[in-house]
Amino acid sequence: MALDPEILSRIQFAFVVSFHILFPAFTIGLASWLAMCEGMHLFTGRDVFRRLYQFWVKIFAVSFGMGVVSGIVMSFQFGTNWSVFAEATAPVLGPLFSYEVLTAFFLEATFLGIMLFGWNKVGPKLHFFATAMVAIGTMLSAFWILSANSWMHTPAGYELRDGVFYPTDWWAIVFNPSFPYRLVHMVLAAYLTTAFVILGVGAWYRLKGTAHEASRVMLIMGVAFVSIVTPLQIVAGDFHGLKTLEYQPAKIAAMEAHWDTEEGAALALFAWPDAENETNHYEIAVPNLASLILTHEWNGKLVGLKDFPPSERPPVAPIFFSFRIMVGLGLLMLLAGMLGLWLAFRGRLLDSRAYHRYLVAMIPSGFIAVLAGWITTEIGRQPYTVYGLLRTSDSLSPVGAPSVLATLITFVIVYGIVFGAGLYYIVRVVRTGPEKAPAHPVPDPYATPARPLSYPNEPVGEKS
Amino acid sequence: MTLIEILPLIWFGIIGFGVIMYVLLDGFVLGIGILCGVAYGEAERDIMMNSVAPIWDGNETWLVLGGVALLAAFPPAYTVLLPALYLPLTGMLIALIFRGVAFEFRFKARRKLGWNLAFNLGSVIATFFQGVTLGAIVQGIEANGAQYVGGAFDWFSGFTMLTGAALVAGYALLGATWVVMKTTGLLQRRAYGWSRVLLTAVIVFMAVVSIYVPFLDGNYAERWFGFPHALLLVPFPIAAIVVSYFLYWSVSRRREYAPFLLSLAMFIVGYGGLAASFWPHIIPPHLTIWNAASPPETQSFLLVGLVILLPFILFYTGWSYWIFRGKVSRDMGYH
Repeated sequence: MALDPEILSRIQFAFVVSFHILFPAFTIGLASWLAMCEGMHLFTGRDVFRRLYQFWVKIFAVSFGMGVVSGIVMSFQFGTNWSVFAEATAPVLGPLFSYEVLTAFFLEATFLGIMLFGWNKVGPKLHFFATAMVAIGTMLSAFWILSANSWMHTPAGYELRDGVFYPTDWWAIVFNPSFPYRLVHMVLAAYLTTAFVILGVGAWYRLKGTAHEASRVMLIMGVAFVSIVTPLQIVAGDFHGLKTLEYQPAKIAAMEAHWDTEEGAALALFAWPDAENETNHYEIAVPNLASLILTHEWNGKLVGLKDFPPSERPPVAPIFFSFRIMVGLGLLMLLAGMLGLWLAFRGRLLDSRAYHRYLVAMIPSGFIAVLAGWITTEIGRQPYTVYGLLRTSDSLSPVGAPSVLATLITFVIVYGIVFGAGLYYIVRVVRTGPEKAPAHPVPDPYATPARPLSYPNEPVGEKS
Repeated sequence: MTLIEILPLIWFGIIGFGVIMYVLLDGFVLGIGILCGVAYGEAERDIMMNSVAPIWDGNETWLVLGGVALLAAFPPAYTVLLPALYLPLTGMLIALIFRGVAFEFRFKARRKLGWNLAFNLGSVIATFFQGVTLGAIVQGIEANGAQYVGGAFDWFSGFTMLTGAALVAGYALLGATWVVMKTTGLLQRRAYGWSRVLLTAVIVFMAVVSIYVPFLDGNYAERWFGFPHALLLVPFPIAAIVVSYFLYWSVSRRREYAPFLLSLAMFIVGYGGLAASFWPHIIPPHLTIWNAASPPETQSFLLVGLVILLPFILFYTGWSYWIFRGKVSRDMGYH
């Protein structure tokens, strides 16, 4: 068991994809935020929007760079570790990945160069166009990769011959049943992740008493955004859940640690699922609530895990807990939005220190919720890679466990170093603050930076 | 010819185009990284990195395109190649991670040594493993259908070590001639010196590899020396000699653009010669472009989008090179 290539490959994929998703989850929203700041600067001429742009673009550059390098690893993982899966699904999924590269990656990469280095090389409108192209690129990327992922959950438009999926209907493949729900849910999640970082950073400046004007803009726009989008996200999540119940009832049963088929099923707020004895310990449950949420009927019928043979069940405990973490954070986000609205109407949004501390504490909430959500849906797809059709244990590459273990350890060490450094630099940029970005930096021939995220002439982060 | 016969031909061309774009474009960026190991001081490294900072990301995207297009158009080639080269490719990816983030981090760091090393060693190692991958494909990969049958170290051989080293010299030549084109003064003079040394090294490597290949297993010897098809391959060595001569001449005459363009030409010639030796295999000795092709529904679905999108990509890529044309100015990083 210790050196089982299947479990090692699963850990490796979970590790590299979890690290990777943190960056797109952040940069999808950040690209739109930057486009909006730059657009507002063009439109209103207010300098605060330029400062906000130049401040957040440094953070964007670091995050985007880490997203790119960790993303390249992903495009090779299918082949290195899951070559049987790749062989079976390539005719269907290969074009979707390719369209992601053709429509999104080239667009993002090329216009990112202009966005970061072209401030003096192109006019302001063309520069805004470059920023908008990067933002559109992040959306297109989400579109294709979520289509591919959704197809693994709800395969459609294919014909299975000799263990290979042959495409028969591309429209059905791209717009497979779970895709629209997953796309909306993930894009909103990405926007909320970014919004809570912006809110938290703005609140932190309020607490410190610096960056007065910029933090005001961040707080007002952030609260307006999350108070609208969080409720929408909860509705989107509900629709996504209904679709999941339709196509993957075993996943829903595991998410709810729901063993017996019953009508008017209770919702377990907390429990300790015991897969061996097919029961829950220490359960605290609300009667009928699960049926109400999942079927929108008081006495709706929910299928339990015991209706599926053990070989068809996903692991229960991990997704029972990860789902609760995600929902719990969603409720805290809802609270943040509602509190913010209430404070705004009372005229106290900009000086309620308790609320600002709450927002600072919420900075990581989006990232954790995104990870928890993905853990729920991906572990919930087990024991399959293509739901119901291709088992995870049959998807592996013919690569020995020692190789997989060696590369897994290497990835853990390398990602630890690289992402630790990235986080360190982002924190330093935040500590320096948006007010220090000079309007017209003076070139220093011996300390020429390559990225706008560095102004070597100023002592970045030495004093905070 | 039917669609089933002609689509794989088109896709062989497209993937060949994607790979050569990657080799040429990321080649000179990796070459800059290799040469940063011999640059004098932070000022020179700053200028060299600035000369590629706005474009490296787009250049690296061709590698991703090559990977996913191979998966889509020739799935068995992808599913055989990647497990067979599991360790070198993972090494390459890790090296590319360090190389890539060094662009972001080096200029923010107060102590630059660590990220200088990351950039330099990342470039050297990524290049070396790309050369190993190329060599491993040339020497052939054992497969049963679409799955690799072999050990974790089958790629390791004298030949792959040779191709790894050769590619380091080749990318460094691309990088040196790029520096010639993009800089002035002392750095440019030094780059002329690097170019001359590296050109000699590349010629030697190309000759040794060319002599080595016919002695590998497979039908390379018959292909290169058998009559009459050997006649079709004769243009490649001749072109290589002609290009090398002009390249040497242009470096000696201190031309600014010609060395880089001729280095690109040299790569195209070498690449063409290799592709011609493979034909019609995509991964020798078992996978040909026909038995590795994905279904025509897949190849045609992607082809439609590619025909529409590729001109746009080439257009805006060219446009961004145009924006950042000319010698690298020292205030380039500022906006």
